[in-house]
Amino acid sequence: MIDSLQQAFIEETRELLGELEITLLAVEDAPTDSELIAKLFRALHTIKGSSAMFGFDDIALFTHDIETAYDLIRNGKLGVTKQIIDLTLLARDEISNMLVKTGNHTQINEANTKKIIESFREIVSSFNKTEKKQLHAVVEPQSSSIDKSSDVFHHFHIRFIPGKDLFLTGTNPLMLIEELREMGSLVLSAHLDKTPDFTSLNPEECYCYWNAFLKTTKNLDDLQDVFIFVADNSELTFENISNEIPKDFEIDFAKLQNLVSQNDNDDFRAVLKQYFSVQKQEKQLEINTTQKQTQATNSHSESDSVSSIRVSSEKLDELVNLVGELVTIQATLSQVALSNNNNDMISISEEVERITWSLRDSALNIRMLPIGSTFSKFKRLVRDLSNELGKEVELSTDGAATELDKTVIEKLNDPLIHIIRNSIDHGVESPEERIKAGKPSIGKVHLSASQSGGNVLIKIIDDGAGLNKEAIREKAIKSGIIAENAELSDSELYTLIFAPGFSTAKKVTSVSGRGVGMDVVRRAIEGLRGSVQVSSELGKGTVITLKLPLTLAIIDGLLVKIGSDHYVLPLSSIEECIELTQDDVKKAHGRHVVNVRGGIIPYINLRERFRITENRPKIEQIVIASINNHHVGFVVDQVFGQHQTVLKSLGKYYEKVEGISGATILGDGTVALILDINKLTENEELEETKLASNSFK
Amino acid sequence: MSNSMVNETKQYLTFKLSDEIFGVDVAQVREILDYVKITKVPQTPDFMCGVINLRGSVVTVVDMNLKFGMKRTERTVNTCIVVVEVKIGDETAVLGALVDSVQEVFEIEPQNIEPAPRIGTKLNTEFIKGMGKRDENFIIILDIDKVFSTEELELVTESSNYKPEQ
Repeated sequence: MIDSLQQAFIEETRELLGELEITLLAVEDAPTDSELIAKLFRALHTIKGSSAMFGFDDIALFTHDIETAYDLIRNGKLGVTKQIIDLTLLARDEISNMLVKTGNHTQINEANTKKIIESFREIVSSFNKTEKKQLHAVVEPQSSSIDKSSDVFHHFHIRFIPGKDLFLTGTNPLMLIEELREMGSLVLSAHLDKTPDFTSLNPEECYCYWNAFLKTTKNLDDLQDVFIFVADNSELTFENISNEIPKDFEIDFAKLQNLVSQNDNDDFRAVLKQYFSVQKQEKQLEINTTQKQTQATNSHSESDSVSSIRVSSEKLDELVNLVGELVTIQATLSQVALSNNNNDMISISEEVERITWSLRDSALNIRMLPIGSTFSKFKRLVRDLSNELGKEVELSTDGAATELDKTVIEKLNDPLIHIIRNSIDHGVESPEERIKAGKPSIGKVHLSASQSGGNVLIKIIDDGAGLNKEAIREKAIKSGIIAENAELSDSELYTLIFAPGFSTAKKVTSVSGRGVGMDVVRRAIEGLRGSVQVSSELGKGTVITLKLPLTLAIIDGLLVKIGSDHYVLPLSSIEECIELTQDDVKKAHGRHVVNVRGGIIPYINLRERFRITENRPKIEQIVIASINNHHVGFVVDQVFGQHQTVLKSLGKYYEKVEGISGATILGDGTVALILDINKLTENEELEETKLASNSFK
Repeated sequence: MSNSMVNETKQYLTFKLSDEIFGVDVAQVREILDYVKITKVPQTPDFMCGVINLRGSVVTVVDMNLKFGMKRTERTVNTCIVVVEVKIGDETAVLGALVDSVQEVFEIEPQNIEPAPRIGTKLNTEFIKGMGKRDENFIIILDIDKVFSTEELELVTESSNYKPEQ
């Protein structure tokens, strides 16, 4: 029980740490955003609180000092500096390490934590010192500022009873009141109770009088100045009632106005008094209700969180496996139903098919995660790397909401790190070089994700130096990857950077240059049934495009047959199927090429390749696929059509077989192999170059 | 130790390859299947028969006759696939062994098991846990973790170098 709680705590804290990191990086861009800072503080506070609760006292202690610093920042007493953010990021990593609990001891790098804590304490203590100084500094001007009055609000009660002959002097009392209004916030009450009956009313006389409440920075003299021309024949009283108003009182002028308008009496003061005393109570009430409200919103967010539940990924995998089996068995059912020719059964099997497919879709959907979580991790990476390499790089992202299968996202992490590292290390130049080249000194790396059909495209775009074709060529010839006279297209040349042992970097840094990275990248992406493409312009930058399948568990395949065995080709890369007759073969003089609408397409005869000897049909089929922008045909005996393929691993023993990426179970219970057409083509190329070089000898 | 003494009474499942009787620890046997269609994985050695569908999971099948250098297993009514669990490091892999026929399960006392002779079995002694005696027959008790270790079966890639037929 405790263990599972602790597990939940660790998971939650990891999430908080992730959030912390994202927020920190956001704060770096907007250091004054109080909301972000409050978020930081909350995250730290939660980590501190819950870690103390679950016995991670080290974390609690450690976090405490950081929290202190952020408390100051939150209260606006301390500014966010790069140093603080750097420290907090370090601290974040440290906390993350501490979560790995071995036995009863958390793994602490004592030296590190000590250093971080001390730095934070230093920040806080240095602040405390300066604060004291500042306090002194502030006190002195304050004493002098009292006279100035300019910053201090005065509250006046003004009673203005104009003389009856006011109009005769050509004065408009409303103008005077307008003047008052301009001096601050005004609450006005006009009284008409002295107005006589209509019969005895003299329109040339003023019967109206006013009571006003003014909150202003102006002083009494200024007020009297307003009424200077009417002061002689009007009754005017000014009373400073600031003392009557509670401290820090927020006057709701609209409300007060409302209140005084209802009261047509002269006892304006009474109304004011009443208002302020009532307000006092209300204020109290308000505090209570806001507390309640915050509690309510808290409980509301709790009820929100109930709508999503945490499920271990194993359970999900199991679900997807079961759905996979269901898809298989459903295929069997459809087959049986069709062969029995029983209409009732066919309609049932169709219904089952429909449900199975939607079940499959929703099961796979559960595993889909937005790629954004991975992207935000790279912000940190870019930040650290550019610091380390003395370059200025800005990472921007789009399409963070693009969804990919969880396993794909997990396996994508390392390749993307490699690529981004390479982009920053090799691609983006140093600020001086950039300025020389007429580019802004801050380099840009852009990560974008978008969906296209059953694939997701991830682009890593940098505006760095671009790839040097000649350098790549030279290096490739030197390391024996290509022949000296090999003619390669640009894209083929660029793809060479993914060849094992290839690196054009002149020096080996801690980051890259050993030529292992990109090779691993390509293998990882191909392991995900994806592909990598590079395009580049010298001096302008490089674009690396990763094309990945949406999901790994189930793919659309093309079911074919060779001899007595079935095979599945991934449908996503297949373009068309054509016939291959004996005539065609003869015409090509036994060479493995075929003419398709005027274009020459090479093909691989899978029958020969797999050494399947049994009865070869007269007319074979060529499945034409697009591999790395080239068309390649695969000769099979028979094409059955599209097949929902549930991917199964071939297991440990066949792990290393090249050209086969897995297996699937067909409707009749037999196993069909899934072909890895990229690998098949690659191997064929290798074999043929070997053969060719042998025949020259 | 490959030919460590067996010192507890265990149950063994015996099966026949040609005329010889072999035994494996029952604890490592999961089930016995009738012969089903095996899908050959191209470019792999002959003794690697291929894969079968075992209730939704894909299981590798090895032809034991070929593995031990005998003739390919002929398919008869008695041909069986013995599904065993093999330890590879910390993992357990499931694997099918294609055999001519399955005999019986019985106990052998440790005193009736002798270490494998160094010569004369025509087999790699690494594979043999011991020689059991039953009546007048010898039973070769296999150490299937060794027989089916990945190193043993990894010949897969090396012996499969593809040469196009031209």
